Amino acid sequence: MTSFESELQAIADRVIEQAASGEQVEAFVSRGGETEIRVYEGDVEHFVSAQSEGIGIRVIRDGRTGFAYAGTLDEPAIAEVLAEARDNVEFGTVDEWAGLAEPDGVEPTDQVLWNDELAGFPADRKIDLAKELEKLTAGGDARVRVDDANYADAHAEAAVATTTGIRRSGRENGCYVSVSTLADEGEGEDAETQTGFGFSVGRSPAEFDLERAGREAVERATRLLGATQPASERLTVVLDPFVTAQFLSVISSTLNGEAVVKGRSLFRDRLGEQVAASGVTLVDDPTNPLAYTATDVDGEGLAARRNVLIDDGVLQQFVHNSYSARRAHVSSTGNATRGGFAGTPGVGCLALSLVPGTKSQDELIAGIDRGLLVQQMQGLHSGVNPISGDFSTGAAGLLIDNGAVGAPVREVTIASTLQKMLLDIAEIGGDIDWLPMRSAGMSLVITDVTMSGT
Amino acid sequence: MTIVEETSSPLIESDVLERVLSGATRSGAEFAEIYAEDKRSTSAGLDDGRVEQVTSGRDRGAGIRVVAGDTTGFAHTSDLSASGLAAAAAAAAAAATGGGGGVKTVALTPSAPHRPNTVAIEPDSVAKARKVELLQRVDDAARSVGAEIVQVSAGYGDSRKRVLVANTDGVLAGDDVVRTLFRVSAVADGDTGMQTGFQSMGHTIGFEVFDAVDVEQMGREAARQAITKLAARPAPSGALPVVIKHGTGGVLFHEACGHGLEADHIQKGASVYAGKVGELVANPLVTLVDDGTMAGEWGTLGIDDEGHVTQRNVLIEDGVLTDYMWDFLRARKEGRPQSGNGRRQSYQHLPMVRMTNTFVLDGPDDPDDIISSTEHGVYVAKLGGGSVNTASGDFVFGMTEAYLIENGQITEPLRDGNLIGNGPKVLTDIDMLGNDFAMGSPGTCGKDGQGVPVGDGQPTLRVKSLTVGGTA
Repeated sequence: MTSFESELQAIADRVIEQAASGEQVEAFVSRGGETEIRVYEGDVEHFVSAQSEGIGIRVIRDGRTGFAYAGTLDEPAIAEVLAEARDNVEFGTVDEWAGLAEPDGVEPTDQVLWNDELAGFPADRKIDLAKELEKLTAGGDARVRVDDANYADAHAEAAVATTTGIRRSGRENGCYVSVSTLADEGEGEDAETQTGFGFSVGRSPAEFDLERAGREAVERATRLLGATQPASERLTVVLDPFVTAQFLSVISSTLNGEAVVKGRSLFRDRLGEQVAASGVTLVDDPTNPLAYTATDVDGEGLAARRNVLIDDGVLQQFVHNSYSARRAHVSSTGNATRGGFAGTPGVGCLALSLVPGTKSQDELIAGIDRGLLVQQMQGLHSGVNPISGDFSTGAAGLLIDNGAVGAPVREVTIASTLQKMLLDIAEIGGDIDWLPMRSAGMSLVITDVTMSGT
Repeated sequence: MTIVEETSSPLIESDVLERVLSGATRSGAEFAEIYAEDKRSTSAGLDDGRVEQVTSGRDRGAGIRVVAGDTTGFAHTSDLSASGLAAAAAAAAAAATGGGGGVKTVALTPSAPHRPNTVAIEPDSVAKARKVELLQRVDDAARSVGAEIVQVSAGYGDSRKRVLVANTDGVLAGDDVVRTLFRVSAVADGDTGMQTGFQSMGHTIGFEVFDAVDVEQMGREAARQAITKLAARPAPSGALPVVIKHGTGGVLFHEACGHGLEADHIQKGASVYAGKVGELVANPLVTLVDDGTMAGEWGTLGIDDEGHVTQRNVLIEDGVLTDYMWDFLRARKEGRPQSGNGRRQSYQHLPMVRMTNTFVLDGPDDPDDIISSTEHGVYVAKLGGGSVNTASGDFVFGMTEAYLIENGQITEPLRDGNLIGNGPKVLTDIDMLGNDFAMGSPGTCGKDGQGVPVGDGQPTLRVKSLTVGGTA
């Protein structure tokens, strides 16, 4: 995204040229589009073709920050946004750490984020892909119905410019297919329905694995049929790769530099201490091209980089944007996040992963006397408190007995605390999977978790 | 008291609407619709004792939907000019090509405005300094509760959204929705680590809401919750009777049955409530209503996002399932009226079936009796969010302030956790329902990637058995 000169860069440049003396100004400009196609029973249910654009402007003067945005790039609207941002400055509190990012000399890595094949991919082929996925999935098992099959792609172009010397623009695109399934069993009062999903992502449709998406959607829905609610017990859990990725996303919020400097991280004064089991190494590396969220620069325009957060169980560092770094007296780790033109940069992990082990999921399970293979977690947003560390989520999966998976269970919760779970990690699988989120998944074994049922 | 003036100029002129709609059916589609919005918003956030920034936002654009057979084409644009709209209409029409037929002539009939809310003070007329001052007051109030309070964050937000909906059935309707939102969260620190407390309020009225809502009291309440939980013990693990305080547990019904009564899930056979109209699905104590017309509530609208006037819909009456919730497409397929439940996040999104304000009416019981008749269980004083799998009926919801009930008395505070249950079973297991109905906190309901504001409410109630997801 380093050399792509765009019309958007020119818009951003024109905004910051208007900065008054004593004023820091940042302009973030983006434009994008997406296609979303849903197929149901062989027909297109909906076809969405969307374009959007907008600008967000941040102004900092005498330690006070103001911000405004608009979902348009009309010249008069841009002038209004700059005026509003300036007007908003006077209502902020003086903050000695307030300021924009400054160039730090770290060169961005080369990343291939744009695919011409996708950009030119015709609409009817997109529809065909969704139809093919629906057909593949529906034919996978007589008990399975398809709730919907989808194709989606998106492209975006963005530019940022600041009076502190940041100037970056670039573009990226990507696509995915997904399918939702329903599996039915039983009649009347005993009728039961379970759900599943499958997906495949790529920089271009050529990278899709429709077979796998369909197979996983069938497996996820059917493997829980007949599940019952078991009695409560304390046991070892094996998290499926998808579930592990969700777990890591919760962990990432405790390693967020902004939470740390504001006293909200439970690890805020634990640098250099053992916070996870030995053998656990946690890395945020958006420069890894395998990561779904691989990128060359962060939300403030600094180079994205590889950061080791936990090394062999010992807490090494937190992730920072330029503001949290300034307050913590460290350098930005290139972890500014930005949701789009309508918001200012936050802090977050960009592509988090545990360093994988070597065993397959079956090999991990073979070593467990009594446990639960967790295939779904439900309610991560409602039952996990990343500040206190309390962890409790709904779960479904398969019981493990004497080294083999057995009966399916549902309507249970699994609970512990984040602090304890990191220390209770017994093994990390070798089955790393780069999922369409900010963390990678692999099978993960955690001991001494409470499963609540009847 | 003054009422917000109907804005003088329409977002799009009628003749332009008629031309665009007519053009959108050129390829033979039988239905086309324009949804346009112009939204201005102001928000301010305080954290760590500082007003971090005031944000001003402007979102303006139109979404055009074209339906041909069972296929919907949709495109949106931020360009509300005649040519911008025509381009979006062409894109939507191309996406939903029909089987021939002529161009529709469209004659729009403006409908009388339906305005459930009365706005006294338009937030845009209030100086930003007054909005920021609310944040400083709540920060001071929360910190004054005790030295245990180590961090406070708070947010203020207001918006005004003008909406216009026109379609080839001749519908031309508008709305003008003002929202005011305030939230505060506090962190307390003690020997057992950190704990959190949270309060929020949101209404579809103007700045006058702060005459009735004491933000300092909200700050003190958030601080009290956090400090109380410093002494919390781990929540129990397993199935127990659970009493839920009035005005906090509407999310239970939202998840246990609300989503399952949305007609899109019903028509795809993806709900445990499909085919059950007329059947007893809950304890006969339970009457469940979805009502988009409640003055000032967070889920209230004059019209839904398809131009249909909002209404009060009884979903479950004395335990019997009476109806589902409907949008345009689902109602059309069934040949029945819409119910005012077609909603969308913004002009960039397709509408679908959504709840508005969903609540359970009063029952016969004294709330004190509900607690005193519970030998051993959990009392939930504040719920967090929740989620449901409509097909299996399994749902979870979080508890963010809860206590043990021992021998009919509320005793020790409990740490946060999730509760899990199965919708149809939990509805039947509600065995006591209080007479102290209250609406709850404002919510954002997420479905298929879209968030819309919703309200909920309920009297104090008891579920005779729910699985509590603690560790003890």
